[in-house]
This record gives sequence, C-alpha cells and structure tokens, in this order.
Amino acid sequence: MLHVEVWRGTEQGHLQEFAVPRREHQTVLDVVTEIQREHDATLAYRFACRVGMCGSCAMVVNGRPRWTCRTRVAAAVGSGDRLRLEPLRNCTVVKDLAVDMTRFFDKWRDAGGVFASEQTRDDDFAVVPPSSPQRQAADAGIECIGCGVCYSACDVVAWDADYLGPAALNRAWTLVNDSRDSRNAARLDAVSRRGGCEACHVHMSCTTFCPKGLAPTYAIAGLKRAMIRHAFGARDAKSVAPE
Amino acid sequence: MTRLSAALFVAQRLTAAILAFAVTVHLATIIYAVRGGLTAAEILGRTRHNGWFLALYLVFVLAVAIHAPIGLRNIAREWTAWRGRSLDVALAAFAAMLAVLGTSAALALFRA
Repeated sequence: MLHVEVWRGTEQGHLQEFAVPRREHQTVLDVVTEIQREHDATLAYRFACRVGMCGSCAMVVNGRPRWTCRTRVAAAVGSGDRLRLEPLRNCTVVKDLAVDMTRFFDKWRDAGGVFASEQTRDDDFAVVPPSSPQRQAADAGIECIGCGVCYSACDVVAWDADYLGPAALNRAWTLVNDSRDSRNAARLDAVSRRGGCEACHVHMSCTTFCPKGLAPTYAIAGLKRAMIRHAFGARDAKSVAPE
Repeated sequence: MTRLSAALFVAQRLTAAILAFAVTVHLATIIYAVRGGLTAAEILGRTRHNGWFLALYLVFVLAVAIHAPIGLRNIAREWTAWRGRSLDVALAAFAAMLAVLGTSAALALFRA
C-alpha cells in the first residue's frame, strides 16, 4: 500500500491521508485519479493529455515540482512508500491540487512572448536554415509545455512576485532568436525592466526540474547578453546565440 | 530604463572583476604584512608616497562605491517593499559616501 498525503484546501488547509494500492507502472497522476474516483470525489486536480504534452498536471511531489503524468510512483517514493502531493508553489491555490495559472501566463505576455511579424500573406515563406545558430538557440527552448514546474521551483519568483520567471523568459529568448519576428526591441525592453532577466540568481532550479529537459537558465543568460547589446549597441542585433 | 538597468548590470559585473583582483592583492598584503607583528609605523612605511598602493586603493574604493550600492539596491528590492526614486537617491548617497570616505582614507595613507 502507498501512504499518500494530499493537500486539501486553499492557501490554508491541511494534508489528508489516503491508502492507495501500489500497482505496476503506476504514475503519480494514476494515484491522484484513483483517490478521486475511489476515495473522495471532492478532490480537485487538473490534467488533460496524460502523455506529457499539455502541461496541466504539474504538482509538488514529495517536495519536488514534477509533471505527475510522466512520473512513476517508483521514481518518486524511492525505497519508501510515502507520497506527499501538494499544489505548485508560487501560484495561488484554487482548491486542493489545482492552482491559478493566470499570473504565470500573464508574465509570458509581459515578457513579449507573442510572435509579431511585419510580413503579410502575400510575402513568400521565410527561410530559416535549421543549422543557423539562431534557429538552434530557439530549438533548445521551443519544446516548453507551459507546465509551471520551473516557475514553482524558482526561488526568485518566491521572493519577488514581479519576477517574470523562467518559462516566460525562455519563451522570450526563443522569439529573440526567431528571425521572422519584428518586435524584438520592445521585447528586449520588456525583459530588461525590474523583474526581468537580470533578476535571475542562476540557482538553476528551473533547469534542474524542467521535465522536458530544457535549460531556462541558459535562455536567461542569453537574454542578459541580448539586453546589453540592445542597450549599448546594435539596435536590432538578432543573432545573440553563443557559438 | 533598459539602458539604466543594463548599465547597472554591466557595472556591477565589471567592478566584481576588479574587486576579485584588488581584494586578492589586499588580502595577500595583509597576510604578508602581519608575519612579524603589525604596527602603524610599518603600515605607513609601506604606503607613504607609494604610488602603486595609492592607485590600487583608489581603484578598489571606486569599484566598491559602484559595486556595493547596486547590490544593496537589488537586495532591497527583492527583500523589502522599498523601491523607486527614494531608494535610488539613498543608494546614490551611499555610493558617494563610500567614494569620499574611501578616497580620503587612501590619500591619508599616501600622505601620512
């Protein structure tokens, strides 16, 4: 049997204990679903795809932020049999394991995370060579699923509610390296303000915990270089990827 | 605003590099100097009319005066609710104080 403690309530609440049978290849999300279906139908949590694409099932599992659909119970509990499930840190808890992601995604917008182009439908396709440094720098960060694990793991977000956070800055960095994008100057202004890329302390928790194996820390380092170039030199320096 | 935050960011890192050098020389000199006991006369004997020490400490003081207030500004904004113009003015005053006191100390050692 697994001894599962689950957060119940909002910002104030308590841990409730459940006993769930262990099963082969069981994921943490399987456990949460079993609790809701078999033990307590009032448990609130969030999931959609169950295959690591949608980014909606992230929770804090035994103190670590994880995507629960792709986390096997065996990997989370180790040799023990205790599982503690809490909502993502740094987000307001709506109920139980479901958090409000509004601020998280507002910050993507605030970091200039929207693609903008001056091309029209009459223009030909843009050619982006796959081997170009810019394309490769964008590729390195493009697979983000917006799960909020990095945001939950980040100490700077915990200290400073205005910090844009690793996911939003990673998104900005992929667009800085998008040769088709036309709003780079405004984006670099946005990530240079208070709470922007310079607030990062390089603790690397985002990079440690990202379930997709991305490295927002390096994206933020890239933004810092881009910020400096933007402030002191090349007005529209696009290529800022390291060699 | 971009330019200011970028300038502060760069200034803090450049001065950190200078301080890494200056602090090393400073500590090495201390360790060397205290071997036979430490007296005011011995210290002043080393620094009086020594252009190298004066140059080192003037650079040191200037780097500290730039580096420390920027770091304190970041800490204040991260850990307290104090931000905005009053914070910037207070830290500019702190920077000026460090520069004036430090420079006068370095000059005093040179002229003593």
